[in-house]
Amino acid sequence: MRAVRRVEGRAVVVDRRDIDTDQIIPASWLKRVERTGFGAGLFEAWRADPGFPLNAPGASGARILVAGANFGCGSSREHAVWALQDFGFEAVIAPSFADIFRNNSIGAGLVTAQAGEDAVSALTAALAADPGARVVVDVAERTITVPAAGLSAPFALPDYARWRLLEGLDDIGITLRHADAIASFERRRPSWLPSVRPGEHAMA
Amino acid sequence: MSAHRLFDKVWERHLVASPDGEPPLLYIDLHLIHEVTSTQAFEGLELAGRAVRRPDLTVATMDHDVPTVNPLGPITDPLAAEQIARLRKNCEAHQITLFPLGSADQGVVHVIGPQLGLTQPGMTVVCGDSHTSTHGAFGALAFGIGTTEVEHVLATQTLRQAKPKAMAVTVDGELAPGVSAKDLILGIIARIGTGGGTGTVIEYRGAAIRGLDMAGRMTVCNMSIEAGARAGMIAPDDVTFAYLEGRRYAPKGADWERALDDWRSLATDDGAAFDREVRIDASAITPTVTWGTTPAQSAGIDGAVPDPDSFQTPQERQAARRALEYMGLAPGTAIRDIAVDAVFIGSCTNGRLEDLRAAAGVLRGRKVSPGVRAIAVPGSARVKAQAEAEGLDAVFTAAGFEWRSAGCSMCLGMNGDILAPRERSASTSNRNFEGRQGPGGRTHLVSPAVAAATAVAGRFAAPSDL
Repeated sequence: MRAVRRVEGRAVVVDRRDIDTDQIIPASWLKRVERTGFGAGLFEAWRADPGFPLNAPGASGARILVAGANFGCGSSREHAVWALQDFGFEAVIAPSFADIFRNNSIGAGLVTAQAGEDAVSALTAALAADPGARVVVDVAERTITVPAAGLSAPFALPDYARWRLLEGLDDIGITLRHADAIASFERRRPSWLPSVRPGEHAMA
Repeated sequence: MSAHRLFDKVWERHLVASPDGEPPLLYIDLHLIHEVTSTQAFEGLELAGRAVRRPDLTVATMDHDVPTVNPLGPITDPLAAEQIARLRKNCEAHQITLFPLGSADQGVVHVIGPQLGLTQPGMTVVCGDSHTSTHGAFGALAFGIGTTEVEHVLATQTLRQAKPKAMAVTVDGELAPGVSAKDLILGIIARIGTGGGTGTVIEYRGAAIRGLDMAGRMTVCNMSIEAGARAGMIAPDDVTFAYLEGRRYAPKGADWERALDDWRSLATDDGAAFDREVRIDASAITPTVTWGTTPAQSAGIDGAVPDPDSFQTPQERQAARRALEYMGLAPGTAIRDIAVDAVFIGSCTNGRLEDLRAAAGVLRGRKVSPGVRAIAVPGSARVKAQAEAEGLDAVFTAAGFEWRSAGCSMCLGMNGDILAPRERSASTSNRNFEGRQGPGGRTHLVSPAVAAATAVAGRFAAPSDL
């Protein structure tokens, strides 16, 4: 995973709450066996509307998405994160995120900047006035700034998530440092817990 | 010792390590996988030269994009065929047990885990599917994960998780006759909201929860994610143990006795406090129908589509207006006046034998309304076989339903079982998001009994209306 210290660029606002991952990437796209190529399916149904913010001139170069509360709710599909990244987004700013979406984002290197409702409203207003305004999401400082509008606000991101983004760490690599603890735990597991013999292809 | 909650007890017994500055490492007892969210995880594993740590704790099936008509014929969708072929290849390469199409044990992943006795109290269960919360009905800690986490579990049999908060949802009293677990969970979601459970594990408690059978408890826990919760849990009791005893992977002999002693110790201690508590009166729950595009937007079947202006916050008003526009509904329309084009009975929410029995009980001797397309999709091959042994398939087909093979089917429409644009369904599934059952499709979530009555009436109806 690539390290992400700072995301800087144009932002697009989709001013809706409860944006679910079915909207972000519809199920028909989930048959792909790659991690790439999902950008064309991002918000597929909503993009059919010429007035949808992602269809605005300049939106294709945006790096930051601003959205309403409970962003990424619903299905656990990580394809939603891949679609946002494939389109070019490196950060999403919202008042709250669904748990699985946030975990998926951090794992894949997409910044989830959880800002207060007031800050998101102010950001939305600033971008309505100047859609091309440069927005900076600073992972190290945990701040969102719009220099041209004189706007600055903190955002929430758990310490561990921040560290992983800043270092671009491979989570499995970190976990395998605890291989001895895992093996020791396995020796203590109760005997009754189910296990399925490897290769038992039950074609009953 | 302070009083512990069910969730704490399960959490603590799975802690492998709690390193400074990192979220704790949690051991995973059971990892369920399916064709859609595992492919890229296996690829990542192989690119890094890593092995599957515990193939014996990993179980695979095919459900999300399998055909429900002629499932053993050639899969005509080349992308689905490729995904299914890759799952087969990955399971063979890594010695993982697979219940493929054609196996007597194939089915929706959250139906087969409990059915095989793989899901047991006190376990941790994960799957690359948000409805993994279903397994919490057994007092397991079960939650959905993304593909990167699937790869992490394959490689390490652990997950890094910050400990969620715990919420209690206590349902006092008794559900009225004709009111089901589905109505109850829709009522709970309406009260706490789509994000009300974010960052928490919900424990469902109270007399009405105790009164549910395992199928009903699974329906309730299944939809915890629709309230944003990480997981839902119900303390195991004699109903749980009776369900498990004798199942293929349930403990046997002396192990069964040891397991029972352990499982009985899992319930939340008296006096334990929760981060948030919600109390609900079961007698206030009625047969419920969603009118909007989130599972929280629902009304009783006796009610009407609300006026968006009646909501308190500007965000809720905007969301309601947008939902009604998408759903093609006018404020004030009586729920019973809304006509449907399609009825879907199935899914990990309501695709179990008990659900099919409830629907068949309504359909017996009746006919689906002309013009309504109705399909029944058993949650697993075994549910299908049991239903057929009871003659339920004949009830469905005599009424005019199509009787399909097991799979996720129209719940998410990956396999081609979809609504046409603007078509309206009564569906026993879990999500009424825009386009969930096909682009432009309009989904109303209901219980199996209401779905069956609606199929007969051609518009939303309770069995007592027929």
